[in-house]
Formats: sequence, C-alpha cells, structure tokens
Amino acid sequence: MSKRIDVKDLNVYYSKFLAVEDVNINIEARSVTAFIGPSGCGKSTFLRTLNRMHEVIPGARVEGEVLLDGDNLYDTAVDPVTVRGEIGMVFQRPNPFPTMSIRDNVLAGVKLNNKRISKSDADSLVEKSLQGANLWNEVKDRLGRPGSGLSGGQQQRLCIARAIAVSPQVILMDEPCSALDPISTLAIEDLINELKAEYTVVIVTHNMQQAARVSDKTAFFNIAGTGKPGRLIEYGDTTTIFNKPAVKATEDYVSGRFG
Amino acid sequence: MAANQTLQRRQSQLTRGHLPSYAVWVVLGASVILGAAIASLIGFTVVGWAIISAIVFVVAATIVTAVAEGERKAKDRLVTFLVYGAFLVALLPLISVIWTVLERGVPGLSYNFLFTSMNGLTGAVDNQAVENGTPVLGGAYHAVLGTLQITLWATLISVPIGLLTAVYLVEYGSGKNLTKAITFFVDVMTGIPSIVAGLFAAALFALLFGPGTRTGFVAAVALSVLMIPVVVRSTEEMLKIVPNELREASYALGVRKWRTITKVVIPTAISGIASGVTLSIARVIGETAPILVTAGFASSINTNVFSGWMSTLPTFIYYQILTPTSPTSPDPSTQRAWAAALLLILMVMLLNLGARFVASFFAPKTSR
Repeated sequence: MSKRIDVKDLNVYYSKFLAVEDVNINIEARSVTAFIGPSGCGKSTFLRTLNRMHEVIPGARVEGEVLLDGDNLYDTAVDPVTVRGEIGMVFQRPNPFPTMSIRDNVLAGVKLNNKRISKSDADSLVEKSLQGANLWNEVKDRLGRPGSGLSGGQQQRLCIARAIAVSPQVILMDEPCSALDPISTLAIEDLINELKAEYTVVIVTHNMQQAARVSDKTAFFNIAGTGKPGRLIEYGDTTTIFNKPAVKATEDYVSGRFG
Repeated sequence: MAANQTLQRRQSQLTRGHLPSYAVWVVLGASVILGAAIASLIGFTVVGWAIISAIVFVVAATIVTAVAEGERKAKDRLVTFLVYGAFLVALLPLISVIWTVLERGVPGLSYNFLFTSMNGLTGAVDNQAVENGTPVLGGAYHAVLGTLQITLWATLISVPIGLLTAVYLVEYGSGKNLTKAITFFVDVMTGIPSIVAGLFAAALFALLFGPGTRTGFVAAVALSVLMIPVVVRSTEEMLKIVPNELREASYALGVRKWRTITKVVIPTAISGIASGVTLSIARVIGETAPILVTAGFASSINTNVFSGWMSTLPTFIYYQILTPTSPTSPDPSTQRAWAAALLLILMVMLLNLGARFVASFFAPKTSR
C-alpha cells in the first residue's frame, strides 16, 4: 500500500497572494522525497497542498492538479477528509492530544471517526503502529499514561504511530526533527528508512545532511525575493542534487554559499 | 596552605551588607509598639493603631534596608510591602463580610430553618417566640428549593446556547460579519442591568401567556439572559487557547471538523469551560430584582417551575428584612435573613469548590 503523487502546474495562494508558483513534480511510490530550500520559499505550504491541509487556513486555495495514482485530489467531487485519510501528516512540533492516553493517541484516527473496533483489534493495531514507529518497547508498560508525559522525541514518534495507524498511502512530514535533539533525530531518520518499504514519504527539512541521509530524491525550492512566489528550482536524485546540481542556485544552497 | 586559608577567610566580593532574616520582625515589633504609643496620644482605636503601625513599619523598614543593604534592596522591600498592603486592603471587605455573616447567620441555622418553609407562619408565632424565648420557627426550605430549581433551569437554557455560540464564533465564523455582530451584541448583553433582564422576561411571558405570568421558569429565562454572555465570553476564551496544532493533527488523521470540535477541541478546553459556567452560575444565583418581577414571592414550597410563584434565597432575604413577618418584633425575621445570607454564601462557595474539582478532573493530564 503506497501510491505515487504527480503534481501538474500547481499554483498555491493565500487569498490573493501567490505563495508557490507553477510546480510540476512526480513523487515515486515507496520512496523518500526531501524538500529543501530557504525559509519562506513555500516548501511547507506546498507540502500542505498534498493532503489538502492548506485550505484549512481561511482564504487559502490552489490552482492546478495533484494526482494520487492518477486521481485528482482537487476534483470538485473529492472530499478533503477522504484525502487526509489516505495521506497522513506529521508536524513540526510534536502534537499528541493532551486529553488522551498513549494508547488513545494511537487509536485517535479510528476513535475520533467513531469507527467500531474490537478490543483485540485495537490492541494489535496499537502494538503494530507503535512498533512501526519504534516506540513500542519504550511505552508498552504505560500505554494508559498521558501522551504528553513523553519526551519530545517520543512524542514525535507517537505522532508518527498515530499517523500510520490509519494506514495511509503517503506520509507527509513537515520538519519532523527540527524540535528534537540529535539522538531523537537519529531515531526518526532510522524510522523514515524503514517506513519507505511500505509508504511513500515526503519530508520537508532545513537540515541538508538529513536530506542527504534519508532521501532518494530531493527537490530544491527557492524564492527570487520577498513577496515573490516560491518556485521549484530543481528536482532529481539526491546524489545528483548534492554532487552535481544542474542549476547554480542549487549548488550555492547545498554548498552553503547561499545569499 | 596559607594562601588557601586566606582564600577561605576572605569575604566574597559578591556579597554585600546583608540584614539577618529576623531584622524585619524586629522592625515590625518596634513599629507595633511605636504605633500603639502614637495611637494612644491621639485617642486609641484598634483601626488607628493598625494603620499607624503599618505606616511606621513600611517607612522604618525601608530606611533600615536603605542604610544596611543599599538603595536597590530598599526599593525592592518598599514595593513588596506595598503589594502585600494592597492585597490585605483588598482582603479586608471579604473577611469583614464573612465574619459578619457568620456571626449573625450561624445562630439562625437550625434544622427548622433548613427544612421548613414559611408556610402558615404569622407574626403571632414570631411574637410568641420572642416573648417565651423559644427557638425561632419557620425557615428557608422553599427558598433553597426555588434557588436550586431556577438556577438549574437557567443553566440548562444558557449553557447549550452559550457553548454553541462560542463554538460558532471561534471555529466557524472568524472574520465574518455575523461574528462581529454577535460579539458586539454579546458585549452589549454583558452590560444589561439585571432588572432589565427581569422586565424583558416578564414582558415576553406576558405577551405569550397573558399578563401576570409569574413562574420559576420566567425567572430562569431572565437569569439566562444574564448568564449567556458570561458563558459565551468564557467559553470563547477557552476555545481560543486550544492550540491550532491539535485541530490540524485531527484534520490530518481524516477527522471531520465537527468531530474535531466535539472530540478534540472541547475536551481540551472542558476544564476552563466548566469553571466559566460555574462562575456564571455564581454570578446569577444572588440576583434579587429579576426574580421579584418574574417569579414573584412565595412563602410555601413550590416544586414546579412552570406554575405558581416561587421564592429564592435573595428574595427571601429581601422580604424578611423589608417586611418582617411580625412588624412589632422584627428580630426573628432578621435572624432568618442572616441565616439565609450565610446559606447563599455557602452555596456559592460550594459551587466554586465544585468548579475546581471539575476543572482538575477534566484537566489534561501531564504526569509521566
């Protein structure tokens, strides 16, 4: 279970402001794709259009097509809620639900949708998801405790477990390690490597070493200046982007000579 | 070795003159004695003594600190004393009220008072009680029941309306003109005098069911006019502080908006909402004027909010004080009024304690 994403001529707006312009990108199934670029270049904004989280912000809209295995996410008949069930998301700051226990956090996607699930199914789903997020051994004895009592890195892995518990096709990660220490970061990166066997993973990161370590393909975004829209500058195999980029701006950015 | 010893004996460069901790108490004792002396010169009263001692103490302690520890510490002390002083001044009316109500209310709190009404109790009974020195008969049972019923119904009306309004304002209507209009009118409602709310409910029910319709339910409607803006405001504030990340986390799991609101946003804010609701109840439970014009006044037990006049504790107090049951010997009525006042305070206090309990019960748990 994992699907590919093809984006065609996508323009992303906040009300009248064009934030990201004319993106065309093909994201392979069962791969890790990293988005890099300077702050404000629209990579997070673009990521949020991939599961229709962008339109949660008042006035936000898009033009163009995002195809999930050939089906357009922005077709008028498509319910954004269905899309978000197919394409999960992990956020920059760990955000477990404070009112729920660790177990309930993992089951949140099921329980909040009022789907009926037997206790044994729930137990195995919790164990499977937490093992998938490399968290099971740390929390198996305290599943009833509040999720907000975990450390930051554990909370982030709990959020990943929560995202994979609804068995999505694609997992989007918006700077998942930027609030974490190096050890937790390493744990998450290992996890991303394992996730790619089953899921399509798209990750936004500011850390270029991280992009080089975890991703198969890398997309570089940039803006011409403040108030101008962000653009996809270059997209290709990670080794190519970091070693022999075709565009001068990419080379400047990955080698730290930027700006 | 010698160098080491000098190092140990040498006074730290970082510490300066420092008053021992008992110094403040010494100054306080001296100030109290000095205050007593000055007060007796101009005519001794306890209040005068306390005020003069306080002034002497603040001035003296500041000067002593300034001399011994320097200007910055003295300023720190002075402001600390002023803050404590402001707190004590703010506390005085509260202590005074509680003391007065306890002093006059406790003698009237009897089984009789709590569990009988004023039904059939005439001035003659009070006169006899005073003449024979027997316990005062009659009580506020009907008023307690009335207070509980009217407040309960007012809460039942206001909480759903207020909660849903707040949910609309925060979750659905941000930036819309309707939201601005609602916010404006809620603000206006907050300022409505309670008697006007009472008149509104009375006039509304007079239109619907004929003039002179006075029941507990009309009073509940009047109180809900006062409660709704408080519930809307407090709930709105609580919903606003729920982090947006939680809503996004829920959306990202493919959860619908209204489920996100009922299962994530409201549970996260529930402790604040609960204490807001309790505060709004405390705000209306002591209302007198709107009850008088909507529920009238009764001296017997009425358990039906939809028919017949009804008393509440505030109207009971009002009538006991203003028109004593026995005009010739008003003392039993006064005693009942104070006992009812004590009961009212106790009820509000219990409500506040209940709110705290509810808040801590619902609060998001963070323990490991």
